[in-house]
Amino acid sequence: MAQAAPAGAPAPVLALEEVTKSFGSVRALRGVSLALHAGEAHALAGENGAGKSTLIKTLAGVHRPDSGTVLLDGAPVTFHGPADARAAGIAVIYQEPTLFADLSVAENIFMGRQPLRALRRVDHTAVRDATAALLRRLGVDLDPERPARGLSIADQQIVEIAKALSFDARVLVMDEPTAALTGTETDRLFAVVEALRKEGAAVLFVSHRLTEIFRLCRSVTTLRDGALVASEPLAGLTEDDLVRRMVGRDLDALYAKRDTRTGETALEVRRLTREGVFHDVSFEVRRGEIVALAGLVGAGRSEVVQAVFGVDRADAGEVLVRGAALRRGSPTAAMDAGLALVPEDRRQQGLVMELSIERNIALTGLHTLGRGGLVRRAAERARAGDWAARLRLRFDRLSDAAGVLSGGNQQKVVLAKWLATEPEVLIVDEPTRGIDVGTKAEVHRLLSELAAEGLAVLMVSSDLPEVLGMADRVLVMHEGRLVAELPRAEATEESVLAAATGRTGAVRRTEAAALDGEGTP
Amino acid sequence: MSTGTGTSAGPGTGTPKALGPDAERAPRSLAETVLRVRELSIGGALVLLVLGTWLANPSFLDGQGVEDLLLNSAILVLLATGQSVVVLTRNIDLSVGSVVGLSAFACGSFVSGSDHGPVAVLLLGTALGVLCGLVSGALVSFGQVPALVVTLGMLYVLQGVGHAWAHGDQINAADVPDSVLELGSGGVLGVPYLPLISAAVLTCTAYYLRSYRGGRELYAIGSSPEAARLAGIPLRRRVLAAYAFSGAVAGFAGALWLARFGTVVADAANGWELTVVSAVVVGGLAITGGVGTVWGAALGALLLTTMGSALVVLKVNPFWEQAITGVLLLAAICADRVVRHRTTEALRKRRRP
Repeated sequence: MAQAAPAGAPAPVLALEEVTKSFGSVRALRGVSLALHAGEAHALAGENGAGKSTLIKTLAGVHRPDSGTVLLDGAPVTFHGPADARAAGIAVIYQEPTLFADLSVAENIFMGRQPLRALRRVDHTAVRDATAALLRRLGVDLDPERPARGLSIADQQIVEIAKALSFDARVLVMDEPTAALTGTETDRLFAVVEALRKEGAAVLFVSHRLTEIFRLCRSVTTLRDGALVASEPLAGLTEDDLVRRMVGRDLDALYAKRDTRTGETALEVRRLTREGVFHDVSFEVRRGEIVALAGLVGAGRSEVVQAVFGVDRADAGEVLVRGAALRRGSPTAAMDAGLALVPEDRRQQGLVMELSIERNIALTGLHTLGRGGLVRRAAERARAGDWAARLRLRFDRLSDAAGVLSGGNQQKVVLAKWLATEPEVLIVDEPTRGIDVGTKAEVHRLLSELAAEGLAVLMVSSDLPEVLGMADRVLVMHEGRLVAELPRAEATEESVLAAATGRTGAVRRTEAAALDGEGTP
Repeated sequence: MSTGTGTSAGPGTGTPKALGPDAERAPRSLAETVLRVRELSIGGALVLLVLGTWLANPSFLDGQGVEDLLLNSAILVLLATGQSVVVLTRNIDLSVGSVVGLSAFACGSFVSGSDHGPVAVLLLGTALGVLCGLVSGALVSFGQVPALVVTLGMLYVLQGVGHAWAHGDQINAADVPDSVLELGSGGVLGVPYLPLISAAVLTCTAYYLRSYRGGRELYAIGSSPEAARLAGIPLRRRVLAAYAFSGAVAGFAGALWLARFGTVVADAANGWELTVVSAVVVGGLAITGGVGTVWGAALGALLLTTMGSALVVLKVNPFWEQAITGVLLLAAICADRVVRHRTTEALRKRRRP
């Protein structure tokens, strides 16, 4: 879309100069500069862990840079907290909207800045009327007085945008706002943002969907491992160029996928349903095959694999491992049948942070490591040592607490823990979320090797390049249903995203139904 | 009276059109109804309890009976008000019983054999309470230590200090000046001072929580600390202030305790902290913060006190009181869970039927 270049060369509304920020030994930002101009939409690209979130939180006043400066209208400023940044007209919309669930929409928008009447009392009527006016301006039907609890992600984002409008934000920062939105919702959001930009707001847009970056923005800044790769106009760039800047090498080099011969069916899922969560999900995974389960956040992917493993109970349907049906709702039965699940959130679900590395790895096989209910320490250590070596785990001592390891190494410990059960089918949920590029490549190499040895791998991933690079087949979920199955040759960023956002012919019907229900004119 | 809205305004002029008024207004009335129902049901239970006991024994509601009820509940209502402010921020203050005891004893020592007036005593008690509250509050807000541990520690520390100071002695009513005792037993137009004071503190607190930014921010903090931080709310300062307030109220209540009973030992209100927390929870405040009103907490306090008195009048073994309190507490928590779940579901369906 046509966007006027900033007239002359006025100072950027908001800029970072040579900003550095470290957390402990991790250098999240290394000398990054960025300039946002009035009336211009700028994109921020980079892989997970590239430093985008840290950069955004620096702009938002949550983090203070270790060195370097933040410039507001060309003059250096120090934000002592989010309130300072907001007072400077900077609105930030985080990936997961942060609302007060128990308070009304109106209170959410004006918290801390409520219009006052005599005696500095909050003017509740003014708060409500102003909110109603903002929502009208955004063209949405939301009751200002309903509690935020129960709002859809899209509506929560609208509330966040209304908040930005309410203090006439000059800078609007959006961290992956579209990650959980459907196509229509995204269009609505973009229309609002575009209107704000035309009124003179500077926009910083973060998205993993490259097509959206090209659609909304004029220029782009790319980060890799906390460092600035390039800051340039988007005109003349292709999506491939952007990806190359983000990963620093070509995709094929990053994903060491080997071609494998697929064997007999290892896992078969038949018409699995969990009321209100996912419906009628059927697929199979063969030995030697890596199958990716793709889709947007909230599409029900993690829920499906948890039901397959028996953590959550399915309401209908069955799961077969090598032809034998699994007892529903029993992870023990699943493990006995040769299933292993590496969960999404390793801090919460995958590891006991206070326990040692060896203890963590041994947890899944306690009954094989001893006799009469006692665990032999030596067996435990031997098993841990083997897997640590095989996964190239970096550690000081096996007796160190798992919590001291880096994210990537923690993920390896979780993998080791489950691989030690010698599974037939390995289910991994977001195997490389939040880990550095190097370790990521190692995890990919490992998954690929395991598949080559005949393991069946089911991988849930939101990382599109990872899905495309690793999977033999891609299953795509949209709003609780399996909507597409794409062989490796047909899986492209466009085809997967189209299915995930419900834009393929097959799902048009479902989406139309959802829209009717929503009552949008 | 709801957490989210003012009650002052009528139907809005700025109501978004489309969908029709019913569909738009329903979610609010639903959420608000739930909270109202919560308070109405406690109020209803209270009325039933009073009526039932009165029918069984009419002396329950004669002049003396009513006065006793009011006097007995005044201090608990006061403490519940202070506790509510802390609980709203997703914290808890278990030290209030000890603060009351220490304050009562300190005030007693201060006035024994002197001719200090009630104002000086109340100021002393409040100041002492603020001090205790600031210590707890600083540890919780700036020290990032869980509130449960901090205030449990404070409970024992203050109790220990009280015992060491008292050496087994007690303050005797005979030594306390009449002007102070008058505060506990006198009244205006037949209404004792104590409940009047509690009602005043309660009303001011409720008004502050509903109509001032600081009050609304306490709700915000309890509802989502992370969102509160990102919204630029001075989280630590607010939590510190909440503890200072709770301490102040407890210290103030300690001074009133002295005025009421005259004779006090160092651990006068030992065990009250749990009664106060029960009252607050029965009154509909979520222990996870952000939900409820001080009016509800006050009703909870009234209900618990009235129940105690009613059991005495009905000649029920007083041991049952604790069991019944426990049942009420569990019932309140279960009801809240169910109601919250239902409301969430209902609210979700409003937009996506």
